Amino acid sequence: MTNMEEAKVLTMAEMVAQGKEPEILFWVGCAGSFDERAQRITRDICKILSHVGISFAVLGTEEACTGDPAKRAGNEFLFQMQAMMNIQVLNGYNIKKIVTGCPHCFNTIKNEYPGLGGNYEVIHHTQLIQQLIDEGKLKAEGGESFKGKRITYHDPCYLGRGNDVYEAPRKALEVLDADLVEMKRCRSNGLCCGAGGAQMFKEPEKGNKDINIERMSDVLESKATVVAAACPFCMTMLRDGVKLSEKEKEIEVLDIAEITARANGL
Amino acid sequence: MIGQVIFIIILAAAIYLFSKNVGKIRRNILLGRDTDRSDNPAERWKTMAKIALGQTKMTKRPLAAVMHFFIYVGFIIINIEVLEILIDGVFGSHRIFSAPLGGLYNLLIGGFEFLAVLVLVACFTFLIRRNIGHLKRFSGVEMTSWPRSDANYILIIEILLMTAFLTMNAADHKLQLLNFGHYIKAGSFPVSQLIGPLLPDSASALEMIERCCWWFHIIGILAFLNYLPYSKHFHILLAFPNTYYSNLNPKGKFTNMQSVTNEVKAMLDPSFVPENTGEISRFGAKDVTDLTWKNLMEAYTCTECGRCTSVCPSNQTGKLLSPRKIMMDTRDRITEVGNNLDKNGKDYKDDKSLLDNYISREELWACTTCNACTEACPVNINPLEIITEMRRYIVMEESQAPASLNNMFGNVENNGAPWKYSQADRFNWKDL
Repeated sequence: MTNMEEAKVLTMAEMVAQGKEPEILFWVGCAGSFDERAQRITRDICKILSHVGISFAVLGTEEACTGDPAKRAGNEFLFQMQAMMNIQVLNGYNIKKIVTGCPHCFNTIKNEYPGLGGNYEVIHHTQLIQQLIDEGKLKAEGGESFKGKRITYHDPCYLGRGNDVYEAPRKALEVLDADLVEMKRCRSNGLCCGAGGAQMFKEPEKGNKDINIERMSDVLESKATVVAAACPFCMTMLRDGVKLSEKEKEIEVLDIAEITARANGL
Repeated sequence: MIGQVIFIIILAAAIYLFSKNVGKIRRNILLGRDTDRSDNPAERWKTMAKIALGQTKMTKRPLAAVMHFFIYVGFIIINIEVLEILIDGVFGSHRIFSAPLGGLYNLLIGGFEFLAVLVLVACFTFLIRRNIGHLKRFSGVEMTSWPRSDANYILIIEILLMTAFLTMNAADHKLQLLNFGHYIKAGSFPVSQLIGPLLPDSASALEMIERCCWWFHIIGILAFLNYLPYSKHFHILLAFPNTYYSNLNPKGKFTNMQSVTNEVKAMLDPSFVPENTGEISRFGAKDVTDLTWKNLMEAYTCTECGRCTSVCPSNQTGKLLSPRKIMMDTRDRITEVGNNLDKNGKDYKDDKSLLDNYISREELWACTTCNACTEACPVNINPLEIITEMRRYIVMEESQAPASLNNMFGNVENNGAPWKYSQADRFNWKDL
């Protein structure tokens, strides 16, 4: 399957109309739905799911912001409004298992929805990829070779420190036979990209530099030619950092899903 | 006899004063809102054993970890010696543990001496690091003259106490060799016997030195005990309860506000009748009393090491936010509130608050909620929770969020996404 025609993505509404129940719901997230760069990651996640034959669905226009940026910014009202409306939709479809394309959606649905009546098994797409690799359903063959490429991984705060998911994304990279390097600040010491806590939606406070520029010093020091990301917001910040450092020709920022899809020729 | 009486009076006064001040801190902590941390005691004991007792989070910085470990172990083990001094002081005995412990006593005293040397090495290293090394971690806007002096006082007091301990042993050892008075042959003095030659040889002068050091050592310890409640050094006590009551949830999980849940449920379902959750004075935190007792306990536990601030992405890029300052401001403010209560009665309210008088909005809005600070804290302090609570106050009580965030809120509310895209276009990516 090389294009979306062959991997038609169904919504839950369509699934139910066909009398089918998917194994897993893919929670796309706002960035994955609207941000042009993140949309490519979304489609790659769909390709991976189709490739391994997992039946999945999305909520489509019934999905709405989890409320994460509102909550981190202190707007608990708006967060809980969003959460309860989403939980109503999810429970209405009797959803049991969710894979998200974004660590923020992942954290919010996994940790903060249960208290409001939304109980699901939630995994991040890098965890799904790791599981598929462990089960032997997904390899790195038939596509672009990353062999010997110098790749570093940027830990998203809400995946790493927020939920102690450090290994899954790294496992997904280990199958590539690439030259994996860690940045000076990695894992639990990883430096934020600067987007979290609703910073994505505002100008940074006054300082002497932007956080993604600070992070670029780690990227450059690692001498990696590929920066693997696992969060659409980190993706934006890292790409801006690469652009501002005028390293666009040398350094590519790719989501783990994109790398996996490429390595498998999807 | 007179010595015993004086000793007992000093001891009683020290214990009384200390309990009184600890009681005040306890009272201040309990001015915070309630939060339930009684669940999962097994996990909590484990966390405390690992993080407070085992100091596992210190290891990220090896030099500081080793030096701190010297002082920590020295402090705990030399306390056995302090126990002996206390008993000797009360009963007028001398080295009372030596007879029952026999050979073990020699081992203990010898061990204490080596520990005392390690403590001295660590304290001098720390003093040099703080005052000559110019570590960035020990500077910053919140590190004003008091916190800097506090750190130095602690180290200097510990150096003086250890020096007195070793000098006391040296004099005692020499007196033992002279078979003088009640100075029975007890203990081994691998370190202090090296100091011996520096001391006079006359028995009366040696006795004078031994007694002076003995009194200095024990009065010093009691004075130091009473210094703790005023100092960042209070962490040696609060680190234990503070880690016991740690947040056991994943760090990414923020609390859901029950008061908001009730209102939102009532909005979505008019027939919903909220349970009475007790009085809620306001949403979020404007002042320290809006925070939980755990937040306040953390403020008193903070030893201002600055690991949080040194890893804070905002602080590293020159922004005003410093998680250490958040904790120090919280402590200063709750102490002020407590002092006001003592001075002016329980209904007194000054016109100050943690927000604006201590912590500025610019600091709060600089946070990326990345949890680097909570991860870095060796005793599981969570500055992020205070920042979030204060943001909640600013947003929900004052509607004073930055304009760009208000736009984002509007978009989420109207379009179901933080950007100005229509909900109807949410699935357009399928056609691309």
